[in-house]
Amino acid sequence: MREIAYEEIVKTVRDIIVYSACNLPKDALDAMKAAYENEKSPVSKEVLKQLLENANIASSESRPLCQDTGLAVFFVKVGADVRVVGGLLKDAINEGTEKGYKEGYLRASTCEPFSRANLKDKVGYNLPAIIHFDIVEGDKIDIEYAAKGGGSENVSRARVFPPAAGKEGVIKFVKECISDAGPNPCPPLTVGVGIGGTFEKAVISSKHALFRNIGSVNEDPEMAELEETIKTELNKLGIGTMGMGGTQTVLAVHIEANPCHIASLPVSVNVQCHSSRHTHIVI
Amino acid sequence: MSQVYHLTTPLSNEVVSSLKSGDIVYLSGIIYTARDAAHKRLVDLLDEGKELPFDINGAIIYFVGPTPPKPGDPIGSAGPTTSYRMDSYSPRLIAEGLKGMIGKGKRNKEVIDACQKHKAIYFGATGGAGALLGKKIKSAEIVAYEELGPEAIRKLEVVDFPVTVINDSYGQDLYQMGRAQYEVK
Ligand code: SF4
Repeated sequence: MREIAYEEIVKTVRDIIVYSACNLPKDALDAMKAAYENEKSPVSKEVLKQLLENANIASSESRPLCQDTGLAVFFVKVGADVRVVGGLLKDAINEGTEKGYKEGYLRASTCEPFSRANLKDKVGYNLPAIIHFDIVEGDKIDIEYAAKGGGSENVSRARVFPPAAGKEGVIKFVKECISDAGPNPCPPLTVGVGIGGTFEKAVISSKHALFRNIGSVNEDPEMAELEETIKTELNKLGIGTMGMGGTQTVLAVHIEANPCHIASLPVSVNVQCHSSRHTHIVI
Repeated sequence: MSQVYHLTTPLSNEVVSSLKSGDIVYLSGIIYTARDAAHKRLVDLLDEGKELPFDINGAIIYFVGPTPPKPGDPIGSAGPTTSYRMDSYSPRLIAEGLKGMIGKGKRNKEVIDACQKHKAIYFGATGGAGALLGKKIKSAEIVAYEELGPEAIRKLEVVDFPVTVINDSYGQDLYQMGRAQYEVK
């Protein structure tokens, strides 16, 4: 059984949080550059130029890309042959999150649902992190991290359709969601679509779909085709960068599909703004 | 066609009248920050017939909750927050003399109507460009409600702060116009 020190996890998590806040990953940067090249609207093009300049300043001066430095979301796969010594893995991830947000001068954005009181003193600075665990073969700990902003999360939605809704129903649902959202979620967007499973499985899959690299192709040819179809439909909406009008509303559509109950077709749409701060690390 | 302007605050009615949806504006001078909680307090003061903590005539309010500044910096990353949360308060402030708001995302009909009736502008700043926009802010000073933390009212001195006119004083809306132009039915 391989052993990993608690402190190593804390440090790794802290470092990826500080780095991700200021450095747009290559896949997102490349997609934004391509959007800039392809955009037909001069106003949207101007705004895309600002966003590329912003990414440049953020990384060269270590300033957060966006003031909404998000809630910390993790998908963690723990190998069956590894154990953390000196404390619990979950605590280590939370501790690393708090350290990263504090030491990186990032914003503490967790609060109580109704009083809206910030939790930074009561629970911890930007705690708790949102963590999804899975157990897999091997002796590694695989961590996918994203800083998820509020603007794009606020327009996300989920619904369970009858099976007869089919692909057409899914396309229509996603299109309505993005159309209603308009400028609010900071387009150009990545759209995560969770299909099948149970209600909550669809939602979690739509979140996880956003962690995939922009520009990667779905392994399932049927889903890869559906992704392209939905993307084309969404770009017809004309929303453009920050809603100014334009041809580049969506950078990518990512689908994660699961087997589902014979009676239902759950669909979830989770929206990611252009500030797609995500990273992947294996310890 | 979209024009480019360099303007200094406060804004006069003449300047406001010259701006049209889609124009790009570089703002210099003083702007004030306020989010939901601060807006509520401002409107409460007006309801009680009390004075506001800053002169609202010709003023611009920026909807922002910045990251904490690094040592030596006036402010951290400072991009706009979603504006609709201020929709229920903005018309009241516009009627009192507010001439500009900076945020991101759609406003409701009451705000758009108030902009037309009292001559005011809703500007969009680029959401997610917090590092770039933070650098256009040269100084920041808390003027009220320090206890609200990132939501306190701050007086910012800005130079060439880039914004786009979304809603002008003629009832136009760039979000609708821009989208109609590029929508494929
Ligand atoms: S939606 Fe994204 S880019 Fe826009 S303000 Fe929120 S985190 Fe920043």
